[in-house]
Amino acid sequence: MVVGKASEIRVASQDDVVVVRQAVRARAVEIGLNLVDQTKIVTAASELARNTVVYGGGGTVLLESLLDGGRRGLRLTFEDRGPGITDIEKAMQDGYTTGVGLGLGLGGARRLVSEFHITSRPGEGTQVRVTKWNG
Amino acid sequence: MGDFLLVTIQVDMHDRLAITLQEDLTERIVNDRTRGVLIDISALDIVDSFIGRTLGNIASMSRILDAETVVVGMQPSVAITLVELGLSLPGIRTALNVDRGMDLLRESLERG
Repeated sequence: MVVGKASEIRVASQDDVVVVRQAVRARAVEIGLNLVDQTKIVTAASELARNTVVYGGGGTVLLESLLDGGRRGLRLTFEDRGPGITDIEKAMQDGYTTGVGLGLGLGGARRLVSEFHITSRPGEGTQVRVTKWNG
Repeated sequence: MGDFLLVTIQVDMHDRLAITLQEDLTERIVNDRTRGVLIDISALDIVDSFIGRTLGNIASMSRILDAETVVVGMQPSVAITLVELGLSLPGIRTALNVDRGMDLLRESLERG
């Protein structure tokens, strides 16, 4: 697998969430995702970026274009140094929230992407990595 | 039959803006004695859980204020994504476009 263009964006405020959505959209169009897949990855990015701001206290997202054989993909890595998640399994469940949301963010985002990976250490932060492939 | 309020969302909303919309709308419903609200989201290329919840809040609040809300113009790709996200927008009435939304509002006000 080849990692092509990569860029990092700060995710610290609500305005940054909008910036992330627009950057992810532009990159999704660039790698040739169809409209439904573009919408899915942008929506997942919106949920994860909001989590980074609200629960992680801000962080970053790395956007990477991938080439794997004939298929192309977009990988997003959200990272924060927030309080971390104690019970990831619980956090992934629909309807579970420690905050003000609907509790659909993590589980919902996972359903919208091809690959989903989360690592979190209490007290150190959280990393969520998602990939959407075009085929 | 009262007049309807048509709200067209044309920008990529951050969360604070969505809350402002919710507050402004409820105020307008009361001040204008509006019986029906149409929210046109045809320009929105995504609806995430926050925007979805805001639309639901607007529908519930307007119902309490004796007004009906219809969300119109959702793009098909947005609808597909919303369902997979796990949001089925319960309690929100939808129509394909503004004209059909108006028909829906008129019908329900005539019945009521």
